[in-house]
Amino acid sequence: MGKVSVRFFARYAELAGCTWSAVNVETPATVADVIARVREVFPGTKGLPPQPLAALNQRQVRLDALVNEGDEVALLPPLAGG
Amino acid sequence: MMHLTRHPIDVRDLLAEVQGPERGGTCVFTGTVRNDADVTGIEYSAYEAMAFAEIERILGEAQSQWPEARVILQHRLGLISVGEASIAIAAAAPHRDDAFAACRFVIEAVKKRLPVWKKEHRADGTTSWVDPSGKVVTHGP
Repeated sequence: MGKVSVRFFARYAELAGCTWSAVNVETPATVADVIARVREVFPGTKGLPPQPLAALNQRQVRLDALVNEGDEVALLPPLAGG
Repeated sequence: MMHLTRHPIDVRDLLAEVQGPERGGTCVFTGTVRNDADVTGIEYSAYEAMAFAEIERILGEAQSQWPEARVILQHRLGLISVGEASIAIAAAAPHRDDAFAACRFVIEAVKKRLPVWKKEHRADGTTSWVDPSGKVVTHGP
């Protein structure tokens, strides 16, 4: 098992009830595995879309990207910059 | 210049960063908060570390594509009133075509890639997250 940091922003932070946490997953895992664990730990995140945008260590990635212990996964609501 | 700021954007600061005697064309884009449907302001938030890194990557790509151009952008965060700028981009190049193209490239990349979110504040006290895909999530005052 490895610990992965998880960050929530904007509406997703409201759903999760926090902006930062950490979850334990079997590593190496995928971003999708981390999100599945997040849905178990934070009931409010069941309101997340099936395939939310995600970033791994500050870069947008696909949900099949590999995650290792100590990595940071961020769940990103639809982007609205500008 | 800081790419992210919580203070009003002054376009003159951006111009000073990009203009020079060898660059004869300068293009400036500003995005300002609209008064749609009783909106009084928009609260911008960001994944700041990633937003900074992403802006650096976008500007680097613009620099590679238009090597003779200089491009800068500043995005404001926090609550911004109607009529005030949330973003400004300045691109200067030897000729106007490259200045327009670089400026356009940067704003389109920002729209697609910058981890920034906005919450509309309305006159009646309600707020809602803005989802560019069209969904609106409204909250009470």
